[in-house]
Amino acid sequence: MTETLAIEAKDLTRRFGGFTACDRITFDVRVGEVFGFLGANGAGKTTAIRMLTGLLAPTSGEATVAGYDVYTQGEAIKRHIGYMSQRFSLYEDLTIAENIRLYGGIYDLSDRQIHDRMRAMLSRLGVGGASDELVRAIPLGWRQKLAFLVALLHEPRIVFLDEPTSGVDPITRRQFWELIYEAASSGTTVFVTTHYMDEAEYCDRISIMVAGRIGAIGTPGDLKARFGTNSIDEVFVRLARPTDGSTN
Amino acid sequence: MNEAVVVQGLAKRFNLTVALDRVSFEIGAGELFGFIGPDGAGKTTLFRIMATLLVPDSGSARVLGEVVVGSLWSLRNRIGYMPGRFALYQDLSVEENLRFFSSVFGTTLEQEHERIAPIYSQLEAFKTRRAGALSGGMKQKLALCCALVHRPEILFLDEPTTGVDAVSRREFWDLLGQLKAGGLTAVVSTPYMDEANRCDRVALIQHGRLLAIDSPDAIARSFDRPLIAVHSTSKYQTLRALRDYPHTRTVYPFGETLHYTDARTDLPVGQLERELRSFLEARAFKGIEVAPATPTVEDAFMARMGGESATEHEA
Repeated sequence: MTETLAIEAKDLTRRFGGFTACDRITFDVRVGEVFGFLGANGAGKTTAIRMLTGLLAPTSGEATVAGYDVYTQGEAIKRHIGYMSQRFSLYEDLTIAENIRLYGGIYDLSDRQIHDRMRAMLSRLGVGGASDELVRAIPLGWRQKLAFLVALLHEPRIVFLDEPTSGVDPITRRQFWELIYEAASSGTTVFVTTHYMDEAEYCDRISIMVAGRIGAIGTPGDLKARFGTNSIDEVFVRLARPTDGSTN
Repeated sequence: MNEAVVVQGLAKRFNLTVALDRVSFEIGAGELFGFIGPDGAGKTTLFRIMATLLVPDSGSARVLGEVVVGSLWSLRNRIGYMPGRFALYQDLSVEENLRFFSSVFGTTLEQEHERIAPIYSQLEAFKTRRAGALSGGMKQKLALCCALVHRPEILFLDEPTTGVDAVSRREFWDLLGQLKAGGLTAVVSTPYMDEANRCDRVALIQHGRLLAIDSPDAIARSFDRPLIAVHSTSKYQTLRALRDYPHTRTVYPFGETLHYTDARTDLPVGQLERELRSFLEARAFKGIEVAPATPTVEDAFMARMGGESATEHEA
């Protein structure tokens, strides 16, 4: 039977001393879904993501990611996920080709695989001749798109994106979402975290964490209808309590 | 209307990079004015020039009637500037930061308490906390307080809402609305198009040039052709299909939907909707909804980026 769930979390909990950062969260992400994972500062998103990426052991509950158990198969999870953030993605002092070789090496790809995938990637972006350019020298817009494709280099089952289109121009932003949709339609699950609710509207489904729990989950349309508003921003503000001044 | 800022032909380059390319605009006293554009558009360079921290290569900038180059010492007492990067002392407490910035400008927290009270009241419970240990939203409120302690006549806020959550962003814009109601001129930059509507007027900025200056409504209305929102349960395949539709002018993802414009300008919108619907239904797409959409500032921004960006993006 083929897997239909990329992420399965049941009562996933993490406590730090007396503080419960993640409080019995239960949710599924389907294979090939673009899933938005939202929450205010300090709501527990970071803790949840660290558990789902094999970086932090849960206190209790269950979760599998790409079919691997978060308690016992953290290393396998890391091999089957990709990650990209808006703030850090590629090494600016390396060329495009050097970045790709570095990531390929980290994920244990063969020279042949690196070579072939690099070619496919650069032609996909229409920058075939630019492989020896320093990343610092290429326009911000395609640096982001390149970073996304590099995060897919080892063909991960799930890719985690942190504010992927924050700060890019609106045309680049759309091209980026097309790359995301393209990856999702070929079966890669995309897990997006963002503070920007208009970015969340691009996801197939979203969940909103509030004080360590999942406050709401559904398609953007469902959530808007449920809260009787026309924006996810409004849904979020109604769910999330005012910030209390504490850090994550 | 009194002009708080008058900028003419302002240009600045850093080596080969053109940060600002002959920019001109005016900001009225008491306006809440936004510069909206992506990272690298030139927003920070412009703000640093207006805040007397950077000298332009050419062109002129007057703030509160004074030329920014030359009048910097008198101007600095009259303007408040909040840089994009958190610039307070992380190891000082909330209260210590406020006392420090008050003393730099020859005043005291007690004297200014009333003025900053609406904002400070939200921070006062944490006044002994180190600034570095505050959440993003609280940091921004503290920075705003520190930019206000010397009673500036104009505020320059460079990306104050970047990196803070949706609730804090909204609270921050509400505070700016209050300051504006109190008569303060505020100039704000942001990469987020949806924040345009919080401003009286906005300038769209890209590659060091201004694409438009107007009220957010007028900018959105300047989108001069019918815009259609297409909703589909298989967004990506629908997008691909519409790319092959012979009459497509533009089609791009927009939130939950796709935004579509047609190459034919003389077609009634109703007919256009029917044609699109039958085109997609003939290809067996499910859950298709086709309806006219109201253009947003973001749609207008893309329309104005026009050919210039298209060539760069294809490069």
